[in-house]
Amino acid sequence: MSGLFKSSIGKKLIMSVTGLCLVLFLLFHMSMNLVAIFSGEAYNKVCEFLGTNWYALAGTAVLAVGFLLHIVYAFILTIQNRRARGNVRYAYSVRPKMVEWASQNMLILGIIVLVGLGLHFSHFWYKMMFAELVGAEHQFGPTDGAAWLQFYFSQPVIVVLYLVWFVAIWFHLTHGFWSAIQTIGWNNLVWMSRIQKISTIFATIICLGFAAVVITFFVKSLCCCAA
Amino acid sequence: MKVTLKVWRQANAKAKGEFVTYKDVETTPDTSFLETLDILNESLVERGEEPITFDHDCREGICGMCSLYINGHPHGPATKATTCQLYMRRFKDGETITVEPWRSAGFPVIKDLMVDRSAYDKIQQAGGYVSFNCGGAPDANALPISKEKADLAMDAATCIGCGACAAACKNGSAMLFVSAKISQFALLPQGRPEAARRARAMVAKMDELGFGNCTNTRACEAECPKGISITNIARMNREFLKAKFKD
Ligand code: FES
Repeated sequence: MSGLFKSSIGKKLIMSVTGLCLVLFLLFHMSMNLVAIFSGEAYNKVCEFLGTNWYALAGTAVLAVGFLLHIVYAFILTIQNRRARGNVRYAYSVRPKMVEWASQNMLILGIIVLVGLGLHFSHFWYKMMFAELVGAEHQFGPTDGAAWLQFYFSQPVIVVLYLVWFVAIWFHLTHGFWSAIQTIGWNNLVWMSRIQKISTIFATIICLGFAAVVITFFVKSLCCCAA
Repeated sequence: MKVTLKVWRQANAKAKGEFVTYKDVETTPDTSFLETLDILNESLVERGEEPITFDHDCREGICGMCSLYINGHPHGPATKATTCQLYMRRFKDGETITVEPWRSAGFPVIKDLMVDRSAYDKIQQAGGYVSFNCGGAPDANALPISKEKADLAMDAATCIGCGACAAACKNGSAMLFVSAKISQFALLPQGRPEAARRARAMVAKMDELGFGNCTNTRACEAECPKGISITNIARMNREFLKAKFKD
């Protein structure tokens, strides 16, 4: 494997593998969230289980490393790509029809995802997993996930911010998922359009799942106010 | 018909270039784009001006020399055609056509529209060949090759190394070219014995020359005059990773 990670393809492989891990995590996170739509109690059980679970904590740490690598290599590759592109740009350029918009804007989409993640961490992770670890006190307990969901998602501004965030994640995933598979080398003429479709369907399921929870809690808050 | 040509002029590699507009260039719909440039050049020579330098050779879509970026597309607006196969009927009477050289750090401008594409030759020389002597032509049936493989290898081999892929790529990546050259050999039994060495050497050369990293935008595939598929890049990655994991 000598020099693998110094090569262009090696660095792209790091992006792909870490990206796929993050995709898997999103799937898991989204499925977990869906529980909250059906039962706040059951959702709190899940929070309780994961909050005090050292395996979950270790998983979070591994994920954090993967996430960091994904970001660092995104910047390394982008800097190299800009240099390879050169300083003089075309005066007249057109995006060919088959080129997806997301594919040319992955870095900016990634940055939006990262900013959204900061917000999300300050809302949930800091008040739940982190609070439990250090024993901090906030208005709701660290395992009362349902209360936190209700608290944040009854605020329209936060709801809109989260929905915008999901749209950015959707765009990032529609390209990122199939692109990772292509880079690893699992692609051929037959699977080309299939993996692109799978990628779009997958991104849509993930983002709709997340959005469903936010919207459900927002609607609930409206109903409560009306009552 | 008459067209206005807005052409990039640059005296040499170091000089600062600029667009020069040539109004009312007289041509016909059945004239090729390069012939229209020839017509313009003749009038420039008559007027005692420096003619426009641009690369071309075969003028039939096989040598890959005619590297022009026309109205936002490498090789112009026609799909699966080189600049030399582009005819003026693709444009409207009176249209302004912008002509630029390839813009990629890997292809520095030499003069006007001519760029130095020798980087692709260097990558090819690093491993894009079969290095054993094969003697006389062997019996055609001695080495069976499936129809699918033969077709894929042939499709990859249609790459003419014109550089449109890197020119179209926002990352200045040469991966479509390199992957086509790796694939045309990797798919055939004659190319297998050296497949790992070839993938390693050609990718290393491509990196060394400073080409960018593919992000799968597929712009190269859309603009390639030979319609080379990015599934070749997946194959190159497989070949390269397989070789590297064994190292
Ligand atoms: S001049 Fe040979 S391909 Fe255009």
